[in-house]
Amino acid sequence: MPLRRRGRGPERRRVLSTSGTIVQFDNVGLRYGTGAETLSDLSFSLRHGGFYFLTGPSGAGKTSLLKLLYLAQRPSRGLIKLFGEDIVTMPRRRLPGFRRRIGVVFQDFRLVTHLSAFDNVALPLRVAGVDEKDLQGPVSEMLAWVGLGHRSSARPATLSGGEQQRVAIARAVIARPELLVADEPTGNVDPEMAKRLLHLFDSLNKLGTTVVVATHDLHLISSIGSFEMLRLDRGTLLDPTGALRHPPRRVDA
Amino acid sequence: MSALLQTMGAADRRLLPEGRLSGPMPWVIAIMMFLTVLAAAAGLGLGGAAASLGAGLGNRVTVQILEPNPDRREAEADRAVDRLRALPEIESVRRLPPDEMAELLEPWLGPGGLEGDLPIPAMIDAQLIPGARADALRPAVTATAPSARIDDNGQWLAPLGRLISALKWLALGLVALMIAATAATVVLAARAALDTHRGTIEVLHLMGATDVQVARLFQRRIALDALFGGLVGFTAAALALILIGRRIGALGSDLLGSANLPATSWLALALLPVLGVGLAMLVARATILRALGRML
Repeated sequence: MPLRRRGRGPERRRVLSTSGTIVQFDNVGLRYGTGAETLSDLSFSLRHGGFYFLTGPSGAGKTSLLKLLYLAQRPSRGLIKLFGEDIVTMPRRRLPGFRRRIGVVFQDFRLVTHLSAFDNVALPLRVAGVDEKDLQGPVSEMLAWVGLGHRSSARPATLSGGEQQRVAIARAVIARPELLVADEPTGNVDPEMAKRLLHLFDSLNKLGTTVVVATHDLHLISSIGSFEMLRLDRGTLLDPTGALRHPPRRVDA
Repeated sequence: MSALLQTMGAADRRLLPEGRLSGPMPWVIAIMMFLTVLAAAAGLGLGGAAASLGAGLGNRVTVQILEPNPDRREAEADRAVDRLRALPEIESVRRLPPDEMAELLEPWLGPGGLEGDLPIPAMIDAQLIPGARADALRPAVTATAPSARIDDNGQWLAPLGRLISALKWLALGLVALMIAATAATVVLAARAALDTHRGTIEVLHLMGATDVQVARLFQRRIALDALFGGLVGFTAAALALILIGRRIGALGSDLLGSANLPATSWLALALLPVLGVGLAMLVARATILRALGRML
């Protein structure tokens, strides 16, 4: 019986993908212009299939760290490996291929204002060249899942803050990214919806996606079964060795 | 052209809404195209005029035998014609017959004005081979016909020819300047479009859209704008040219008549809007790719 259970799709995928490192930072520093370093001496690694919360006070550098993760920024120094490859020295033309494997929920949503909710969610699939007939179903389904099935033709300006955020999340996960990066993804939704969205991240995580969520909301954290925590303060990781990560990594039941 | 644009943009059209004619850009291009077509037409027309001028008159020499005695005049004229025929520089020689002379002089002397004993010179019309110079004929002709006067048509036409060719080059220079200005307009329009859609571009970029994918979206819009502007400008210029052609035709002048454009010139002019669209697309693409290259 245990063997059979392990053989089930999602479960098995998770087991396969947990082996290995998806993100590795070595002595990474980031400086905008000539100012002080926003991030300094970051060294850590993220497991394939892990669920990570990134916390820390405002201005600690959470968003900057996420920018490095979703390839919007190159570090000023240090080494970053993503999906096993050095992305610091990688030629620019290879980056789009890597970006397509990453889903991002931006803090300010960044919905395309002149596209409908449906078209916003469909964007990553269209960028990746998915056929129109193959994307209708998944996009509608995803919109229904975040509770916006009835608003698929609405423009972002006519949606509330929470609705916009749900569109942004649907857009980030629609292409089943290997790495999902979310910056305060539940800041504008009610606690019920926040739980629902976290549950969505969790299901995605169980399918093998590595999830990194930056958040202030510590209540949120309790709704996820198994996770690890990264704490940033003034641009440095509070427990660079990972020994202090709270709570210690649980062994799956 | 539109079919090409359609296949090109079909996949990308849903990334951004359909390009609408945006701001003054199509109209600026229409004005540029109008002026470009006029300048090009002037260049082509002047080129044609210069060619027909050279072919019609520039290569001809008129020999007048001024001898007052009719018998000696006849003899000298015959000798001159024979001498000219023997020269290697001469393509053809024709003595103007008396009735043609009468026709030419009729406006001054009235009908039958030649009947009396008014001495008029004998006239010989000689066509030179291309490149030959009239000066070379002078010693040979004056040796056989001492009273001959040689009028080199090319000599008095040369300043006019030089003026026409200078104007032709000026017109072509204007075409080149217009093309450069159009390219600059497209650069500005592409930059404006990039600024307007910066947020969208960043999102597409972070989703893994390649530079070429993003460039295609804008290239297509700008090509449509350029197509609209090109067609409007070309149509307006064509109407203006037809109108001017009619006015020139009404003058009934042979020299100016050759300024009317043949079909091949019209074809060349019709290529200008097509070239304009191609140029706009290339310039837009280069501008956008350069701007995107500055993003990580």
